[in-house]
Parts: sequence; C-alpha cells; structure tokens
Amino acid sequence: MKVHEYQGKEILRSYGVATPQGSACFSVDEAVAAAEALGGELWVVKAQIHAGGRGKGGGVRLARSLDEVRQHAADILGMTLVTHQTGPEGKVVKRLLVEEGADIEREFYIGMVVDRSAQRVVVMASSEGGTEIEEVAAKTPEKIHKAMVDPVAGLTVDQAEDLASKIGLPDAAVDRAAGLLLGLYKVYWETDASLAEINPLILTTDNKVVALDAKLNFDDNALFRHPETKELRDLDEEDPNEIEASKYGLSYIALDGDIGCLVNGAGLAMATMDIIKLYGAEPANFLDVGGGATTEQVTEAFVIMMRNPNLKAILVNIFGGIMRCDVIAEGLVNAAREVHLSVPLVVRLEGTNVDRGREIIANSGIEITSATTMADAAEKVVAAARGHK
Amino acid sequence: MSILINKTSRVVTQGITGKTGEFHTKYCVEYALGTECFVAGVTPGKGGQQVEGIPVYDTVQEAKDNTGANVSVIYVPPRFAAAAIDEAVTAGMEVVICITEGVPVKDMIITRYKMRDRNTILVGPNCPGVITPDEIKIGIMPGYIHKKGPIGVVSRSGTLTYEVVDQLTQLGLGQSTCIGIGGDPVNGVKHLDVMRMFNEDPDTEGVVMVGEIGGTDEEECAAWVKRHMSKPVVGFIAGVTAPPGKRMGHAGAIISGGKGTAAEKIEALEDAGIRVTRNPADIGKLMREALS
Repeated sequence: MKVHEYQGKEILRSYGVATPQGSACFSVDEAVAAAEALGGELWVVKAQIHAGGRGKGGGVRLARSLDEVRQHAADILGMTLVTHQTGPEGKVVKRLLVEEGADIEREFYIGMVVDRSAQRVVVMASSEGGTEIEEVAAKTPEKIHKAMVDPVAGLTVDQAEDLASKIGLPDAAVDRAAGLLLGLYKVYWETDASLAEINPLILTTDNKVVALDAKLNFDDNALFRHPETKELRDLDEEDPNEIEASKYGLSYIALDGDIGCLVNGAGLAMATMDIIKLYGAEPANFLDVGGGATTEQVTEAFVIMMRNPNLKAILVNIFGGIMRCDVIAEGLVNAAREVHLSVPLVVRLEGTNVDRGREIIANSGIEITSATTMADAAEKVVAAARGHK
Repeated sequence: MSILINKTSRVVTQGITGKTGEFHTKYCVEYALGTECFVAGVTPGKGGQQVEGIPVYDTVQEAKDNTGANVSVIYVPPRFAAAAIDEAVTAGMEVVICITEGVPVKDMIITRYKMRDRNTILVGPNCPGVITPDEIKIGIMPGYIHKKGPIGVVSRSGTLTYEVVDQLTQLGLGQSTCIGIGGDPVNGVKHLDVMRMFNEDPDTEGVVMVGEIGGTDEEECAAWVKRHMSKPVVGFIAGVTAPPGKRMGHAGAIISGGKGTAAEKIEALEDAGIRVTRNPADIGKLMREALS
C-alpha cells in the first residue's frame, strides 16, 4: 500500500525524524491559510499523488509571497499531472502539501528495502540526491553505499554513522544524519513498511539534516496489525476497477492491449499474457481469479473486462486442479449468460474432468470457442480479435 | 530416488483442523502412499481429535514424539504461519513446507534469521508444495497430472507448474520431484538450492525451471548452472509483458528499480546454457529436445 508524501512525513515526525513543517490542503484557501500559519518568506506547494517525478511534471513550485502560494495552489489543484510513473494519462491532483521553504546546502539519498538474497533489510545511502536513484545505480553504482541490517540488533549506530560519513556529510552533521537514519529504520521496521525512501535528504547551511521528501510503502500482508496505516489509504489514487476486483478476490491490473484474459494463478496469468503477445496481439489486462473461479468471481471478471472500450476478445485459461473443470465450466457458462458479452470468448480448460467441462461449454448454446492447449487458445483468441470489429 | 520427500517421509500437518488443511489432507492421504506417510496433525488446543483418521496433537513436538514425523506441511492462517514454521524448526523437522499465502515479509525475515544455524529446509511460503510422483504428495497440486520419471521441476508459481507438468506427462516425460518454491520475496529454498539437489539426485536426468519477474533468484541459479550443472536444464520466465512497478499477483512478482525484468532473466539463463522458450506451450517439447 502506498501513502502520500504528507502522510509519510507525519509518520516520520511521530518518530522524531526531521521534516519541513507543513500541512495537507484540499483547497486554494486552505493552502493560503496554511502558508500564512507557517510564516516565513518562502513556501513550497507540492502536488500529492502516488507517483514520483512530480517536480519535473510541474507539480512542485516555490512561492515567495502568499499571492504566489494562491496562484500555484490554483494551478496545481485539479491539474492532470503526467510523470514517468503515472503513465501517459496522468493523475488528477486533489491534495496539496504546503511547506516552509528549505535552505538547501546539499542533497543526498537514503532508502530502505528488503534485500531478497540476504533476506534482510538493506539501508542504502548516496551522495547523489535529488536524481533518479535507478539512474545512479545503473551508471555509478559505487556511489550507492549499503548496510545489511541484523533483524534482532536493528540498524546500529556504527552502521548509521558509517553510511553518513561515506556519502560525504560533514563531520558536524554526521551525528544528526545517523540519528535520522536510525529513526527512519525504526519507522520501517515498526510499521511493516516495504519501502522507505527520502530523496532528497538535505543538509541545510546550518548543518541540519532534513527529510525533504518522503516515500513510504507498506506490506499489504501486514496491514491487519496496522489499522492506523490502513486508514491512510486514498482510493482516489487507485484504479476503481482494481479496487472492485479486489473485493471479489480477483487480482486485476489494466494494460494497454485489446485481449482480455481471465486465468487462475498469477504465474499462469502472466504466461497467458506472454503467449498472447507471442501470437501477435497485446493483453488488455492481468487477471488472476485465484484457485476457486466461482460463478460470482467470473461474472465480476467479465463485467470489469467489458468496461474496457478497447476490448476485442476474451481468453479464459483455467488449469483446474483440485477444482474440477465441470464445476468451472458451469460457472463460466452462467457468467457468460449473465453478462452480455459483445466480444468473442475463447475458453481453454485443462485438468480434472476436462471432457465433461468441454461438453458443458459445447452444449451451453452460448457462442464460446473451445481450445485445447495454450498455443491453440492464443492462436484462436488472436484470430477472433482480428475478426471482431 | 527423488529430492526432499519420498515414501519414507512421515508428515505432520499443521493446521489440519482448518478448512483448507482438512480439505487438502484428504487428497494427500488418497495419493499413492499417503495413508502411510501422513501420520499426524497439529492444531493447538485440539489434541486428541482425529482428521481423516489422522491423530491430532497440540504441538509439533508431541506429534513427532508420538509418530516419528520428520516433515511438516503448514496450512495455518497467514498471521500465525511464521510462528508455525518456527515451531516446526524447533521440533527438528527436516523439511517444512508452508502453503499459506499472505505471510508478512517482516515475519519471514525474523523466521529465516532464526533458521540460519538450523538444518531444517523450508519450502515456501505461498507455494503449492512438493510432490514425488507415485510416492508422496505434500501440498495442493492435483496429483493425477504427475507421472514418475526423470525430470525435476522447480517453479515459483502454482498453476503454471501444473501446466508444465501436464505437458511433460503428455509427452511421456515423468517427474522425479516437482517443487513449487513460492512467490514471496522472502522464502525458503530458492531455484539455486533446488537445482543443486537435482544435480546430485541420480534419478533426475533433466530439470525444468520456471521463473517469473521480480528479484534475482533465477539469475543466481543460472550463474551456478553455468559452472556446475551436469544435466540439461530448460527454462521459462513468465512476465515478459508485465509492466514495471505493478505487483502481478504474487507479492514477489514485481519489477522494481528497473530490476527483475523477464528480459534480464532470460538473458542470464541463456548465457548459462539453459535452453529458454518464450512460448509457455512449448516447455515440455523443449525438455524432450534437450534430453535427446
């Protein structure tokens, strides 16, 4: 689960991690009032969306007067912000963060994530703040310093100080930077985060160390023990189809192509998308119905897929294991009856009672093309999509 | 021969009285020598009951003391799964297979840390389990698609593994052991660990490895295969069409920070001399070619 920058900063502050003062605003008037309350002569108006690259897209602006705050807030609120992480359609900005301006001497990067090979949290730090860390990792990997954290001891003071020195923080700021790293690690560990990233972490002219940005993601599987985190979810930032799908136990992700797929199991679902591409077309979505594939789930899956105006055909690929193919076939037929399918449907069933399953589909009176292997299914669905106007 | 489990394995099922545990235990007991192999169940507070004729105990230790169980399979809910693994490890199980999906990553980091000096082999979590055809099935895979034979199968997914196994069986290529290692970012055995075991197993003549986007397990395995593997390996990587930054069902199946793409993995596999197909319908055929 992702949260907004301002929410991340509130969590950081509650753990004693230094951030600029600021507040979340939902209107232009609120933004001006927030700036007034903060005082000072320099403010930053920041678009709050769940995507990086906001600055480049025009979603982060400096204001030197309250009038400028008003102007920027009016410009940013409601704008469609396009960044390298939003996709070409962009995201409409509905929330702002108004912050006190910072006095930046230098910019750094710090991040925390699970290292899968080491099976530990890895803390990363770099002198190259403010830029895309992926780029730094690709071009100058020696500029990223890492520390593996012992899960029982936690990040140690020595490790934190070592990282702070290595990225070139002046001696006078090493203690503060180490303290910030320790605080951030505490946030990461105690909140079951899956990613904590501060980019940039800044050094001010008076040697203070401040988290100028904050990106926190959380482990969905651990949300049951963090109701306070769950409340931070902003449904406006998520695809409504994905939200609805999740209510039915479906894992759905929209893609750019025109062939819808409904598959049981994530690996098989990806393989099905891949084989569609291999046969010359593009998948319209990833959709994993899980192990059961009940009538209700399949119906919902069809409804969601049919909302896509680009959809030209649907491929259902189910490997019935313990769940029998005849039961799945009945569910499919019922779902196809319930939802008016205006595009061709190709069904490939394999597994227990597959003959009986195919018979049910053949005798259903519904126009469904049966396929045997995955290759056969891909070929048939691509042909059907091409024939469909 | 086979790897990890065989007809001499004695299995304790943790979470046997739950809906999922009971359901799958029935099919495991019915498969091949399951009646002899599945000897105990554990659900705290339900000791003394019976499920499918199998005695239930309060703890894994008690189950081991009374039945000689040396392998555990776990179906308990996600929030208790890591503790269940810890219990099985402490009781000295040789192999622990955790089927449960949705275990918090932090719990697994701690559990794996506790396991670092132990000899217990963990498979999963979030996996379909392990099967040695015609001997024993531990997990949720459909038994009947398997056939005894010389091919080892290791995979991160469930139904995609069934698809591969089915292709192999249809071509007359039976399997020595099939292992679903699971789709979570922090887990037990990885492709590399399983590949080593298959290399040493005299009854395995070739290996199919099925990977997917996310992480670098496949690359690490490929590097080892290049230097040490004495048997033909064929591979498939799912997720060529998966967009970056999106979690494709499995918690571990996500391309992040530009790493873990299918293209990178395919390149690493091919560089190691592993035959890779882009067509998931051709995996069985490719294995047959690799053997001849």
